[in-house]
Amino acid sequence: MSLVNFTTREITCKIVYYGPGRSGKTTNLHYIYGRVPETRRGRMVSLATQTDRTLFFDFLPIDLGQISGFTTRFQLYTVPGQVYYNATRRLVLQGSDGVVFVGDSQARQLDENIESLQNLQSNLLEHGVDVRGVPLVMQYNKQDLPRELILTPAELDDALNFRGVPSFAADALHGQGVFETLKSISELVLKKLAAGATA
Amino acid sequence: MTTTLNPRFTFDSYVVGAANRLAVTAGRTVAENPGSAYNPLFIYSGSGLGKTHLLMAIGHSAKALAPQLNVEYLTLDEYVEAFHAAIAAGQGDAFRRRFQNVDVLLVDDVQFLTNRKEMQAELLRLTEALQQAGHQIVLASDRPPVEIADLDERLISRFSGGLVVDMGIPDYETRVAILRRKADERGAKFQPGVLEVVAKIDFPNVRELMGALNRLVAYQAVNDTPINAETARQVLGVEGKGDEGGGRGEALPATAVVAGPDEFSQFLTDVTVTVGKAVEAWRARVAEAVLRWDGEGYRTGRLEKLLDQETPAAVDEAIAAYVHDVERLKALEAEVATLDPQAAGGKVFRDPDRMDDAEAAAAKVREGAAPPPGPSAAFSFDIYVAGPSNDVAVSAARAVIAAPGKKYNPLVLVGRSGLGKTHLLNAVGLELAKKKKAVVACLSTQAFVDELIAAIDGDRVDWWRARYRRATALLLDDIQLLAGKERTQEELFNLFNQFIDGDRQLVFTAPAHPNTLEGLEERIVSRLEGGLVAEIGDPDRVLRRAALERVLDAQRVTADPALLDYLADRPIDSVRSLTGLVHRVVEAAAAQDSPVNAGLAREVLEGQPVGARRTAGLRTSGIVVSSAGGVRSREKMVWDWPAASDRVIEEMR
Repeated sequence: MSLVNFTTREITCKIVYYGPGRSGKTTNLHYIYGRVPETRRGRMVSLATQTDRTLFFDFLPIDLGQISGFTTRFQLYTVPGQVYYNATRRLVLQGSDGVVFVGDSQARQLDENIESLQNLQSNLLEHGVDVRGVPLVMQYNKQDLPRELILTPAELDDALNFRGVPSFAADALHGQGVFETLKSISELVLKKLAAGATA
Repeated sequence: MTTTLNPRFTFDSYVVGAANRLAVTAGRTVAENPGSAYNPLFIYSGSGLGKTHLLMAIGHSAKALAPQLNVEYLTLDEYVEAFHAAIAAGQGDAFRRRFQNVDVLLVDDVQFLTNRKEMQAELLRLTEALQQAGHQIVLASDRPPVEIADLDERLISRFSGGLVVDMGIPDYETRVAILRRKADERGAKFQPGVLEVVAKIDFPNVRELMGALNRLVAYQAVNDTPINAETARQVLGVEGKGDEGGGRGEALPATAVVAGPDEFSQFLTDVTVTVGKAVEAWRARVAEAVLRWDGEGYRTGRLEKLLDQETPAAVDEAIAAYVHDVERLKALEAEVATLDPQAAGGKVFRDPDRMDDAEAAAAKVREGAAPPPGPSAAFSFDIYVAGPSNDVAVSAARAVIAAPGKKYNPLVLVGRSGLGKTHLLNAVGLELAKKKKAVVACLSTQAFVDELIAAIDGDRVDWWRARYRRATALLLDDIQLLAGKERTQEELFNLFNQFIDGDRQLVFTAPAHPNTLEGLEERIVSRLEGGLVAEIGDPDRVLRRAALERVLDAQRVTADPALLDYLADRPIDSVRSLTGLVHRVVEAAAAQDSPVNAGLAREVLEGQPVGARRTAGLRTSGIVVSSAGGVRSREKMVWDWPAASDRVIEEMR
């Protein structure tokens, strides 16, 4: 895992947006893509099905320029949410520095959220990584939907956030909470630098 | 030779947009304060984006603000041509002076420096001179300095030391503004929307944009009806797809545009703070050092290795050691630059991880730059003929060869001309040069003086001194020629002391005892007398016979004893005249096709009557005497006789 390459003086953070299908992972990336100045971002690569669902993954490289003498780059990935693309998910997770779990706030999607979270754990374990050691933040998306349809962030925390990681209410379509989430995961990832470069 | 500034290319006619604002601001600043703001100013951009316009605008503006300023614009090619012409005409120095007096020098198309080492050196010299004198230099290129292939690293760092700005392709709004202004200049009026159509086309540069405008102007001029947007598209051959045709990136949602950059900037700031905290302070220091020295063109491998470690000890010491090495490299490079400017730009002086190589390279330059003149291989010790008359000198020479610098230092060989002083001097030099690591300087005093004069003329006296200082032995022929050459005596005096202090051998030749020579400073004379002054006397009979045998042998003549006796008994004052005698006899023999023997020699040398010869001057080697005896004036003597054989054949007819 090459989070920090001191030889080439590069910091490359690989952040994976994980979560059940249709929870809004790609929407997060689209929003970020729209905010990043053209010169700072690479081409966003989306491999999608004909019905605009993520088939393979999204990839968005962002160049943050020189920070403390390091060329800093972020690579944002999403995984396909649908259950049957697990092999792809495992592949994308490989070498990730941090994970954003994008949960669907709709009450009827709770099981899906839990299932996806468990899937994240088992996939990380397949790579020999303990989920407790991976920088992780939760994002409860679609908080803009009518009250009666969704769970509150507190309820979702109770149901999903058993590790007590930072969590954010979000409306990815309009951008609310998107950058807060990104900022939070970035901090967690970068703080691991201080603990030791070989994360 | 320089191009005059195009009056149309001013700041007033220059359309400023986001893509060129920085360059124009820098240009204006430079024009207002030449030499003090950004020096040198290096502007680069793709072709046709206004470099030349900007350069000339700087020139105009500087001239308008201070009319007394000497402003010159020229392309690199013109500069090169002028330089070559000046060199060909022997006016190199005048050329340099001329450009060093320019207050604002504008050089266009600098990218052509690729693969022109000598021009790079010249430009480096010029840039340094201009900077030192506070004169402005502005350069334009189609690529940044680091991308100009094969550019001397010193030039790169020199250019980067000022301000390097680039100009991009103008954005849509600027393109419209440029089109409007150019249309006005051409007195062309277009319907609304027409120029916007042109501006939407993605031309790679402004020049092609102008081409499109010209086409429209021409089209409108020959048609009665004014051109409209649709016709403009047809004329320019672009697809008429309405307003979206430009290719200026996809439209973003409205919210995106409003909230856009701030969110990202905020994020960037946060990440910067986090990275700053996360990357330990020492890493930041190392990384900054890497950035800095890398920017100056030095290899930073050693520092980068530090970053690979978990917790390296003594980071600051390591950085300090690195800086120390860089300083040493700079010193070496500066030293090498005085010896051999070509070698100074070498990459080896930019890598602190290869200090040994750099030292070795510098040493090589020091050694190999130009070794001082050595002894002539023609005068070997083996063929030097010894006899009682030069016994002292030869044995002293042997002692010197056996223990240079130890026994007789200096050794001064004294004797009249033609006795073999030069031969012995060179022979000693050759023998000394055989020793390990020996650098023997062996030359005539005249050459020594000439070299010093050339060094003074070329401002390379340090280099000249260095050459001789590293010699292990110094042998000067005809030291009396120092007479009246005060500066050379001064230099020799210093060299002399250094050689004596270092037990390095000095050998000189002189026509007479040093203390009888005129025009030599007392301090030189006393030092010459302080060693061994060995006299070489007139050749004795033993020596003459030996010398004769050797000369005849060299002429492939079997020496019969009678001939040897006869020749050795001739009244001769030097080996050189003896050699002359032999040559005359041998040539005469060849001409008459008879063997060389005593009889023939007598006939030739004692002038048995052969008609015309009486009136002719006799030619010996180097000394011309008149057989008639009356001619004393050198001017009246005939110096250029045809070869003896030719002459004799004529007489036989």
